Amino acid sequence: MSHEAGLNAKGLRRDALAERLILFSLSGPAVLLVTMTMLVPVGWLFWLSFLDDAGGFSLEHYQRMLVQPSYGRAFRITFEISFITTAICILLGYPLAYALSQLPRRVANICMIAVMLPFWTSLLVRTYAWLVLLQRQGLINTWGIKLGLWDSPLALVHNLNGTLIGMIHIMLPFMVLPVYATMRSIDRDYLKAAANLGASPTLAFWLVFLPLSLPGLVAGALMVFILCLGFYVTPAVLGGGKITMVANRIATDIELFFNWGAASSLGVVLFILTGIILYAASRLVRLDRFLSGGGA
Amino acid sequence: MARDAALPIAVRQLTKSYGTLRVLDAVDLDVQRGEFLTLLGPSGSGKTTLLMMLAGFVRPDCGSIRFGEREVIRLAPHKRDVGMVFQNYALFPHMDVAANIAFPLKLRGIGKAETKQRVEQALELVKLGGYGARRIYQLSGGQRQRIALARAIVFEPRILLMDEPLSALDKQLREHMQIELRQLHERLGMTTVYVTHDQREALTMSDRIAVIDLGRIRQIDTPKAIYERPANRFVAEFIGESTFITVDVDAVGCSFNGVPLTLASQPSRKGSHQLMIRPERLTILEHAATAGINVLPATVTAAIYQGDSVLVQASLSDGKIVSVRASASARVPLVREEIYLGLKAADTYLLPVEERAA
Repeated sequence: MSHEAGLNAKGLRRDALAERLILFSLSGPAVLLVTMTMLVPVGWLFWLSFLDDAGGFSLEHYQRMLVQPSYGRAFRITFEISFITTAICILLGYPLAYALSQLPRRVANICMIAVMLPFWTSLLVRTYAWLVLLQRQGLINTWGIKLGLWDSPLALVHNLNGTLIGMIHIMLPFMVLPVYATMRSIDRDYLKAAANLGASPTLAFWLVFLPLSLPGLVAGALMVFILCLGFYVTPAVLGGGKITMVANRIATDIELFFNWGAASSLGVVLFILTGIILYAASRLVRLDRFLSGGGA
Repeated sequence: MARDAALPIAVRQLTKSYGTLRVLDAVDLDVQRGEFLTLLGPSGSGKTTLLMMLAGFVRPDCGSIRFGEREVIRLAPHKRDVGMVFQNYALFPHMDVAANIAFPLKLRGIGKAETKQRVEQALELVKLGGYGARRIYQLSGGQRQRIALARAIVFEPRILLMDEPLSALDKQLREHMQIELRQLHERLGMTTVYVTHDQREALTMSDRIAVIDLGRIRQIDTPKAIYERPANRFVAEFIGESTFITVDVDAVGCSFNGVPLTLASQPSRKGSHQLMIRPERLTILEHAATAGINVLPATVTAAIYQGDSVLVQASLSDGKIVSVRASASARVPLVREEIYLGLKAADTYLLPVEERAA
């Protein structure tokens, strides 16, 4: 007797199917929402980027990007700012995450709330708060001069400095969270073993702890970098009109020139570049190796 | 490695408290050159803490630890030069097998060619030759255990510490590895301190066993002495099964509930004593009267066939239940059957009277 015709086989098969249907229906609303708000508009913009003003197929928007230097500049400054922000977030976030990971869990949880605190207010509010702090008559310049640390007001805002300060502040939790989570999961016995085999604390860090925390570091760096690529508010407010990232350029194209095709093509290029970076990073660091070998 | 290169360990007055909890209480311990010593005790007894102090991972409140002539109590772990096998092996997941074993050699500045050769030797020693290129996650539990051992001995430490290294393995593999570890110790001859809560493991592997409870060493002796002549009730009950019956000793001799008993040796102190009875030292007799053997009448309360033996529980004349491990080929007695239990005089052991309450 084949198992398809076996005792209760039909009913059991139907149960399995029903279970799968229920699981699928749970994800239904989210799938629908993503399709409506993400895939459709993105597809539409993609389509728009290949149309000229008359509505015919053309590559003029992409050609313009190559010809006009202002577009190239926007891309360059976007990648520069994203890179610097990511680098400084690593420098600030990694030691912080390490310190937190060494604390007792209860204390660390309280500290993590402090790290997350900025998320309780909107990005716009925080950005304007920085404007208040950093401007010529702002808190930092006033006190710096009062305490005699510097003589004339420093140019902390309406330029690259201000943009970087604001972005680093906003991005830091995105670095700390994955790095901290990874560090927490590193069994302390690895460090004991390294010490037992003759590694000083410094060597144990470089040879064992850092490589084991690398997946978290890569995840955090990628997250920060990619989020930075699409930044709009912070460079607009703290850059003082001097910092034109791709997102700002897109806004100008739409608000000033009402050129949806040009804006769309920028979006498409940024999207593709982000995809390439993600792919390259995933090849560079074989995350799966670490993850599957993490258990004892 | 030559046996005389191994270092003896001398622990004096080692003490550690966490708040009011005294984990180790002025422990003195001597491990001989090249000896395999097991720290055996229940969880929370302080055996692991003691081992971690030898490795340098736990800072004692006071005391002294000497490796040979050298005082190491304040020496950082990475300067102690002891090999250690961790309970969960702690093999570095981001390195392959060869890199794990080469790790201590690299830190000691040993050249590439020699490292390669010694790694391969260590792998041969643990019977995993050719496994160098494997990743850790590709190994089974038993293989990881061997690699952890290879990594701990490849730099020829003069002291080897092991923290329940076999506890994660299944029973069959564990028993196999016990014998293999023991053979390896005989070949390498390094002073070994081994922590386990498994009394059978301790009996199988050790030259001597230190039984630890509540931060104190309760007895330290050879497996045979620990099993047959436990120094106190804790050791007797922790190692092997045992039942204690109260016997009276007077000028004439020893008796249990009016039945005279012949002992292996007459105690000097008169009065009541605790006689230790091991299940496998009791026999079920065919007849009440057997020459040269102590006979205890009993009533069967349970009889369980266990494959390799039959476990019989029987109540003695004073109501005390004793366990008897009889040969599986013997007749399984019935519940409520009246039987006679035999105990040879040579197998009698009276627990020493403890001076202070434990």
